Amino acid sequence: MPDSRTPFSDPADPGLYDYWPWEGRPKLTWPNGARVAFWVAPNIEFYELQPQPNPMRNAWNRPEPDVLNYSIRDYGNRVGTMRMMEVMDRYGVRGSVSLNVAVCEHHPELIEACVSRDWEIFSHGIYNTRYSYGMDEAQERAILEDSLETIERHTGQRLAGYLAPALTHTERTMDLLAEYGILYTCDLFCDDQPQPVNVRDKRLISIPYSLEMNDIIVYNSYQEPPRRYAEMLKTNFDQLYEDGAENGTVMCIPLHPYAVGRPHRISAFEEALEYITGHDEVWVTTGREIAEYFYDHHYDKAVASISEANGR
Amino acid sequence: MTLPNSYMEYPSRRYGMDHQWYEWSMLQDRPEVSWPNNARVAVWVNVALEFFPLNQPPEPFKAPGGMVTAYPDLRHYTLRDYGNRVGVFRVFRLLDELGITPTVSFNSKVAERYPRLIDEVVQRDWEVMANGIDMGTIHHSGLAEDAETALINESLTSLREISGQPVTGWLSPARSESMNTLDLLAARGVEYVGDWQNDDMPYAISTKAGQLHSMPMSHELDDQTVQLQYQHSETSFAEQVEDAMTVVYDESSACNGRIVSLVIHPWMSGQPHRIRALRRALTNVMRYDSVWSASGSQILKAFQAG
Repeated sequence: MPDSRTPFSDPADPGLYDYWPWEGRPKLTWPNGARVAFWVAPNIEFYELQPQPNPMRNAWNRPEPDVLNYSIRDYGNRVGTMRMMEVMDRYGVRGSVSLNVAVCEHHPELIEACVSRDWEIFSHGIYNTRYSYGMDEAQERAILEDSLETIERHTGQRLAGYLAPALTHTERTMDLLAEYGILYTCDLFCDDQPQPVNVRDKRLISIPYSLEMNDIIVYNSYQEPPRRYAEMLKTNFDQLYEDGAENGTVMCIPLHPYAVGRPHRISAFEEALEYITGHDEVWVTTGREIAEYFYDHHYDKAVASISEANGR
Repeated sequence: MTLPNSYMEYPSRRYGMDHQWYEWSMLQDRPEVSWPNNARVAVWVNVALEFFPLNQPPEPFKAPGGMVTAYPDLRHYTLRDYGNRVGVFRVFRLLDELGITPTVSFNSKVAERYPRLIDEVVQRDWEVMANGIDMGTIHHSGLAEDAETALINESLTSLREISGQPVTGWLSPARSESMNTLDLLAARGVEYVGDWQNDDMPYAISTKAGQLHSMPMSHELDDQTVQLQYQHSETSFAEQVEDAMTVVYDESSACNGRIVSLVIHPWMSGQPHRIRALRRALTNVMRYDSVWSASGSQILKAFQAG
């Protein structure tokens, strides 16, 4: 099949979606009249001490072995994940895990803890120190095939979602996700609702994940204190809840147990979770359930509305 | 550009870690640990006494808190030296008042330049921990093994001589190690290191020269990380310590002790406008019924006894 967007035909615009103004969209509804579909996406990751080098990006800031940064991340697996899980258990929130799938081999105990809670597992590549930059099509296919096979073997789940490893992409990533029957991508940050993604064959949607509410972005990029993170999460929710009365919205809290799971930070997350789940018109759900519901009830209407908005 | 096919090979993809230093283990699966008097939380306060040379080299990287401007960066040199002249006495007085037994890490250059500070520590019967030579001397893989051996020998020998203590705890400047650091430390009688940030409790590390332990010497709750790197206020620092203590105390029990560790830099927390926040933070930690303020060696010994 000819592949007009590989490479992207217009390098200034990936062409992955069409402009679709917020106002004037058909009303998006969620089960039981919920205004907000709320999901929590913990990234369970493995960072290699001495990864194969990628010419486009260094894995570590310091000379290897970068024991400080390696061990900061390893904290998530040894300590942070269980602390975070216990908080989520208290509020009845199931995680949708963005998984470096090699964790299935390195730390199967963590996978077992997720599966026993009926959490969703989706792929975040093989390792967080292996980047997609520079991969040819066969290499990128190998990542997806490995993800599908490893997750199914260790969890019994059919892979539904994808967040590119360390958010590294190629121009063909979205096409390949659709081709392998993956339902949703977390890599596009352009909306508060699910969006159809333009792919060469089959269907794919983007589900709002979030950079702005991501613990690593808040703590490491914006360098906010924990109590401020709780305020940001609650304010973000308040606005999406208000807007959701008019047209349904999605809120995601992307987490990294190595950050959120530290003793001085966990209570900020708990405060936000208690607040959000204390509202009636919230659908506490997973990535897969949001995607399936959107395909079943809204996908066709969204495509028609986008065509109309673009004069087609 | 395409990647070589070796990029798709994962030689360490197997159960456990991708190195030989320590075993994979989740905190929840460890044997229970009891502290003296069945204390629930061991409070491990560390005071870091550092010397930042004015000619701090930029390679392989500058330790946090180091020189910033073109040479001579008198402003940062003197601001850091403030800690050793003034701030340290403010911090020590506060620790005395609250009955806290800290561990004090020294760059060996601090002990050599300011022996008064070693005297202050030894007189109080506090533990001296080694922190390399100075903040411009980073351990990293670009160092030949014999060069690194010389650095470690210099630091340990100097601190052991000046303090008269065995000096069995080690913190690497900027918490940076080479592939050889742990082997070299274990061979020279070091029993614990504070560089690793992956646990709330001690754990065993295997080296070519036998075993030592990682001790949880918190970088994320270090006053310098919070207030210089993240630029949070001193008020927020005290709140973060309070929040950490609440969580760790809740998770602990009389038969399963935990550790709260704090690293204090006198050049940071010893400033007049920050010392009161440090007082609030430490007072809050010590107000709990069942806490045990102890040195790194004491905590490790109790941990090993089970």
